[in-house]
Amino acid sequence: MESKINRYSKQLILINSLFIIIWLVVSVFPFIWTFWGSFKVKADFFSRADWMFAVTGVNTLVETGDTSTVKAYVESWTEGEFWKATMNTAIITVSVVTISLFLGTLGAYALSRSTYKYTFWILIAALIFRAMPHITLVSGYLFPFFQLNVWGILPTTIIVLVAINQPFTLWLLYSFFKTVPKELDESALIDGCTYFQAFRFVIMPVMWPGVVTAGLFSMMLAYNDFTVTSLLLNQQNYTMVPKINAYLGTIEHSGNYMWAVSSVVSATAPLFMIIMFFQRQLISGLTAGAVKG
Amino acid sequence: MPHKTFFWFFFPSGLAMLLFIGLPIISSFFQSLHIEPEQILMEVEKCDPFGCKTETKVDIEATSKLQEEQPLGRFNGLGTYVDRNHLAFDQIKEAWNNSSSMSDFIDIMLNLPFYKALLFTLTFCFAVTPPVVVLGFIVALSINTLTKSLKGPTIFGVILPMIVTPLIGSLVLFWMIDAKGILGSTIQYLFDDPNLSLKSSSQLTWITLIIYGIWHNTPFAFVVFYAALQTVPQDPIEAAIIDGASRYERVRHIVIPHLYPVATFIILICLMDNFRVLEPIIGFAAEGVAQSLSWMIYNDLRSENKMLFGSAGATSMLTIIGVAFLLTPVLIRTWREFRTER
Repeated sequence: MESKINRYSKQLILINSLFIIIWLVVSVFPFIWTFWGSFKVKADFFSRADWMFAVTGVNTLVETGDTSTVKAYVESWTEGEFWKATMNTAIITVSVVTISLFLGTLGAYALSRSTYKYTFWILIAALIFRAMPHITLVSGYLFPFFQLNVWGILPTTIIVLVAINQPFTLWLLYSFFKTVPKELDESALIDGCTYFQAFRFVIMPVMWPGVVTAGLFSMMLAYNDFTVTSLLLNQQNYTMVPKINAYLGTIEHSGNYMWAVSSVVSATAPLFMIIMFFQRQLISGLTAGAVKG
Repeated sequence: MPHKTFFWFFFPSGLAMLLFIGLPIISSFFQSLHIEPEQILMEVEKCDPFGCKTETKVDIEATSKLQEEQPLGRFNGLGTYVDRNHLAFDQIKEAWNNSSSMSDFIDIMLNLPFYKALLFTLTFCFAVTPPVVVLGFIVALSINTLTKSLKGPTIFGVILPMIVTPLIGSLVLFWMIDAKGILGSTIQYLFDDPNLSLKSSSQLTWITLIIYGIWHNTPFAFVVFYAALQTVPQDPIEAAIIDGASRYERVRHIVIPHLYPVATFIILICLMDNFRVLEPIIGFAAEGVAQSLSWMIYNDLRSENKMLFGSAGATSMLTIIGVAFLLTPVLIRTWREFRTER
């Protein structure tokens, strides 16, 4: 019915498609360019003579005997110890996601089921905490952490990231729990379950979509973090993002700049895979956030 | 739910937030009241065949002893807040008295580190947000008209700039915009100026950073608008079509009013997130001409052997005050929503 009166005119379709194509190029092209360039040598990717060198790989052919090379990847993963950074990122990401989902689901369930007024103030406090720039928190951590001698190690960073992540996780899961009817756990309580049993055996099984979404956001925060990891970890324990920044800082090695380029690709590829897989959950999470403020 | 059950359910999460978000703010405040201990100087008499001279030297032993006794340094009250690197009251007063014209005074003021950083942070916030809202809305409208099979891949492509971390995102753009990169050389070719580079002047660097900000933030606005577009009621639109309203009129008078609350939400989140801008400055290596408040804190804490806790704490407190200003409307909004919900 709608299609008859609400049909798009030809010009509109044309302008529209053109706009989307341009916007897609703007969004995606930088990543394709970096991906392609990461297989070239520095003289090509940052060519003084002609940017086309980055496409054709003239200098790469001269230097390595082929138009593309995985030299930067091999070197950064072995000599640059990017494998270590990858492992640290994996440890931190998995731990942060697990712990923050565990704490978050418990807390958000309680917030959504309590009818007392203090839940409102707790949520407001969480909102204020969410707005704090991470760097201001880090400036508060450093001194006590030095005194307690817990600076520089992974567990500290994991706990800090979990805490920083809690406000958002709480709000997100709170709005998901609100959509689960109260009658469900009330009937479980009447049947003699404790609150924890009702939560564990009745509510959790229907909450998986919400938990996946919250987990996705925790993952992105832990995986992408720069502020906390670069200042709270010592150099040996660096995760991927501060590691890339460290490659940029040291100029003594001429290959280092290409290490950064190839590491950027190594770091983004898994993230893109995961997002491609869970795109629907990501968008539903952002929507829930928008509706609930 | 009884209080006791609520307490045990919420305890772990609340404890984590209290210990690692609440306490650091207090600890930051305490740090800001202290200042690094001064080095203790001692006079040493040095005698050689030509006579005796007194030299002042740093008494390393006494200094390190003092540092052990007072690891946080000595109490300085609000001294750090008003020193040259922060609010700089003395310098401003002096400039006010000595400068001949208003523009002169503003010039001097904006060269003080804190005000310089504040100017950049606010410029960045307010220059990035409006284009983000407009572009996000247009992209959402366009993608909403696509056929279903095209929507998924298109959305994936469009949200990419948002999901990479700002440091990586800014690096990826920086390598293209660099004078030796594809965009940089194209711009040089277009303007026929081989020395033109986006790093050559501070204005150009600021513009580059702002363009990056728009690129990074638009997907967020798009996703929220796109979700909200699905909730636009169909009846008034159909009625408008029957009444002969054009597509533009329908968007202008039905869709946009429906999206107003969502737009304010996007604006506030955008302002809040961009107020903490740090990574792009590092990614674009723009520390020389563009400093933000977050960057000032980062810079104070960066060197491992000499961290300026006092200075970082003071800047943090001032930043939090700035965030509080931006946050007030959000809080009022949430409060109202909660009232209506009950």
